[in-house]
Amino acid sequence: MPSLKDLRNRITSVKATQKITKAMQMVAAAKLRRAQIAAESGRPYAEKMASVLANLAGNLVGGAGTPRLLSGTGSDKVHLLVVCTGDRGLAGAFNSSIARLARDHAQRLMAEGKTVKIFTVGKKGQDVLRRQFREQIVETMDIRGNKPVDYEFAAEIANKILARFQDGEFDVATLFYAQFKSVISQIPTAQRLIPAELPEAGEAPAAAGNAALEFEPSEEVILETLLPKNLTVQVYKALLENAASEQGARMSAMDSATRNAGEMIKKQTLIYNRTRQAMITKELIEIISGAEAL
Amino acid sequence: MATFQFDFVGPERVLYSGQVEAVQIPGTEGEMTVLPGHAPVLTSLKVGVIVVTERQNAGKRIFVQGGFADIGPTGVTVIAERAAPVEEVTPETINRDIEAVELQRDASEDPKVREALNGQIVQLQESKIALGL
Repeated sequence: MPSLKDLRNRITSVKATQKITKAMQMVAAAKLRRAQIAAESGRPYAEKMASVLANLAGNLVGGAGTPRLLSGTGSDKVHLLVVCTGDRGLAGAFNSSIARLARDHAQRLMAEGKTVKIFTVGKKGQDVLRRQFREQIVETMDIRGNKPVDYEFAAEIANKILARFQDGEFDVATLFYAQFKSVISQIPTAQRLIPAELPEAGEAPAAAGNAALEFEPSEEVILETLLPKNLTVQVYKALLENAASEQGARMSAMDSATRNAGEMIKKQTLIYNRTRQAMITKELIEIISGAEAL
Repeated sequence: MATFQFDFVGPERVLYSGQVEAVQIPGTEGEMTVLPGHAPVLTSLKVGVIVVTERQNAGKRIFVQGGFADIGPTGVTVIAERAAPVEEVTPETINRDIEAVELQRDASEDPKVREALNGQIVQLQESKIALGL
């Protein structure tokens, strides 16, 4: 049986842990709100970009002049997996579920005899994937500290992907991130970046209305400048979703940690009080029986 | 006077949204002024100033560094990566931008890319003079 002092120490340490998890939860909640606002205010840009792209591409698909970013290289031998995770842990299953999705994808491709290259963004994904795919990782980037995601950072990632594509290092690029559904649900998602995935047919009526659209300069030139930008936008969107998902996952993980700590404190306090009372009773019995013996 | 909807979206937020009388846009093929009822055009932008006229003698000037303008039947949307209200542009910020592009140019080996970036530098310097900085 642990001594009273041991029990007291244990309760104090659990209380200290609970304070930390509680604080982390509140910080995550505040950051989540900011991340959600950022994700929402970034949406009009992405939507507009997508509709312009759909308009353009609808007229062009299949033509000889279609840029390679849209049509692909014509083969699918070499795949680049861009895995976006967080830099920090203690966020529930956030990092590991993205890494797991990427790992399954990589294994499937390798089983099919394809070559896989991996580009990790965020320390945690790198840590997980390095164990199994040391050879395949071609590039790694950290999210660098605490600052919120900005467009420049997304552009940096996109430029690295583009440079590798232009050097002919891969045929297909897939982006992995967690889509933010709600605080308790983040869905790890794989999205094809190159060749570009076009928005669905929902855009069709808009496209029909713009049949008489003029282009300055030509459609091809616009498309050629638009596609790399679109890549950046997709990466930026993924980073924003990821930021919101990470904070959401951390918030719910820390919430349950705080609750578990509370339960443990309750249990330990009960044991502590029982032990204390048992000792008092024991001492009383000793005194009384001593007095009776006289 | 008739007005139309003008939206200016940056990647991080919507920078301007409202009813305007006219918008002057620095297209790659030349400056153009859009009035209500303009024919649908999709154009890319060069470095320059977008002049938004909300009413007679009231408006805004926005400095853009490339992007796209989508002129549709319902209104005009400009999507630009880098933009700032003219009042916020100072000689320092513009010089910094020029330097950044120069660095990018020097780092690149592709002659086509270098040429494109050179053009951008020239445009930046032109707008610097145009803005009287």
